Amino acid sequence: MAAEVIPANVRESSGRRLPVEGIQAWLFVLPALLIIGIFKILPAIAAFYMSLFKWDVVQGAFRGLGNYTDWLYDNSLRSPDFWRSLSTTFTYVIFTVPLEMAIALVIAYLLFQKMRGRGIYRTLYYLPYVTSLVAAAAVFVWVFHPQYGLVNDVIGLVGIGRQSWLDEPRGLFELLASSFGATLPAWLAGPSLALVVLSLVTVWHYMGYQIVIFLAGLSNISNEYYEAARLDGASERQIFTKITLPLLSPTTFFVFTVASIGVLRSFDSVYVLTNGGPLDTTRTVTMLVFKTAFQQAQFGLGAALAFILTLVILLFTLVQFRVLGRRVNYG
Amino acid sequence: MDRAVPIARGVPRFTARPPVGSIVKHVFLILAAIVVAYPFFFMVTSAFKDLLEATHTPPTLLPTELHPENFVDAWNRAPWGRYFINTILVSVVVTVLELATACLAAYAFARMRFRGKGILFTLFLATLMIPGEATLVPNYVLMSPSKAACLGLPCLGWFDTYQVQIVPFIASAFSIFLMRQFFLAIPNELSDAARIDGAGHLRFLWSVVLPLSVPALITAGLITFLGSWNAFQWPLIVTSKPDFRPVQVGLSAFRQEAGSSYHLLMAASTFVVAPIVLLFLVAQRYLIQGIARTGIRG
Repeated sequence: MAAEVIPANVRESSGRRLPVEGIQAWLFVLPALLIIGIFKILPAIAAFYMSLFKWDVVQGAFRGLGNYTDWLYDNSLRSPDFWRSLSTTFTYVIFTVPLEMAIALVIAYLLFQKMRGRGIYRTLYYLPYVTSLVAAAAVFVWVFHPQYGLVNDVIGLVGIGRQSWLDEPRGLFELLASSFGATLPAWLAGPSLALVVLSLVTVWHYMGYQIVIFLAGLSNISNEYYEAARLDGASERQIFTKITLPLLSPTTFFVFTVASIGVLRSFDSVYVLTNGGPLDTTRTVTMLVFKTAFQQAQFGLGAALAFILTLVILLFTLVQFRVLGRRVNYG
Repeated sequence: MDRAVPIARGVPRFTARPPVGSIVKHVFLILAAIVVAYPFFFMVTSAFKDLLEATHTPPTLLPTELHPENFVDAWNRAPWGRYFINTILVSVVVTVLELATACLAAYAFARMRFRGKGILFTLFLATLMIPGEATLVPNYVLMSPSKAACLGLPCLGWFDTYQVQIVPFIASAFSIFLMRQFFLAIPNELSDAARIDGAGHLRFLWSVVLPLSVPALITAGLITFLGSWNAFQWPLIVTSKPDFRPVQVGLSAFRQEAGSSYHLLMAASTFVVAPIVLLFLVAQRYLIQGIARTGIRG
């Protein structure tokens, strides 16, 4: 009897309360919706609107896609800057993400095995991620100082000459070649040494985050696979390459996407370490947006550039969502 | 077993390991730990050296003489008290208000039925894909005092205020998503019981759901607080006076001011980094678990 009465009551009351609940639910969502709407959704639309105008602090003439074509090919002052910053940005990604992921994966794999002091290691590796890049930069600028820096002393021990690091606009490969007395064509010069240092600091900063994600991914691989492989006499290397790596691939892909987006978006690290220099060799797209919009007060051009960068980031994000969507099936 | 737990607890894995591999492993991990920890070590030790020793090459490992007065000197060279008050105020208010808006919205999405719920939730999730760069210029214009620059909207004129650093950040789709996942896991029996007892949604949220969600609240709160404490680009462009500038922007300015007084710069860096490192050491379990969980579960 009772079992029949209660559901009837609940159904009745919830049926009657539904419109009220609807209003109440909207009231619950309203504060978040207002804030996200005003400061996230509307500005995203406004950014596109602004990018269609000449807009130097105040709104000027409608230019259509003029700001975009200026960046892409039309304006002989702007478009070299754009292509250079885009190439710098991707070089920054290429010299950061694979290195960062390789180190994080190896460390996560080692930490994942039952071992002493694992918690301490994990805490330590994670520490840079909570540290502000402004403070970190104050230290790294000194560690890589051309005159006083420890790094020059360390490489001096293995017979490498002193380098200018963050002040060095010459390319990594160019420097390597010249140390053997060879010269390379300009297109083979590689990233400036300053950009390489930027990559290394970025690796230092984000590594701990990736270790945590990799550890979570590793703990999702069922122990049965390992046990079965051991019974079959597989070696540790075989276990790593034939079981761990393939089963970890969704995590690896996730980390790759997040890390790439992180570098594509990075502003703080570049601003505080090199501010775009030396000789503009670290002027990434975000730095160029900053310079255009806030130092040259060209809002329209800045918004157009930011929109192009957003498209690149969206592409990465969409790929990630697709892969994550697929991941759900892995359960 | 809960998939999020193992990394915090430690799950027995590989059994007997050959001792050689174990030594190589530790050597590798220790080397990596030294590289990771060295900047912190260098920062703190340099903060205690005098100028001559701090700029000595090659650097001395430990200060030959302790100079704790560096911290006082550094503190007096810039309005650090003001910077810290600003950062603490902004971070605390952002964190509290952000948790409030997130809990209300997350509760509605997790446990209430209403028209437009699916679309609204998708919209919130979609905003996670909008990078900050995309909205930076319009938000800057929105905050500017100049009417002409304001898209015909009422200008907020919020440059050099607290609200410019607070209001845009008091709602985040990320926290809503995180809290919603947690609220979904609360058994229906509890809400049925509450309803029969005559408790409304707000009452149920406050006295049942929130006490059960403390770990998730700490995780979301920490992530928000950390982001707010380390915020740099936005306060850099919308504040120009020390009265409202946060510590990170203050430290960036101090790098120029301190000039060659490197020991003072290291002292200042140390007291800017110390609070967040201490907070992390106390609460790391929640942060790492939360990141592992949201990272993996998207």
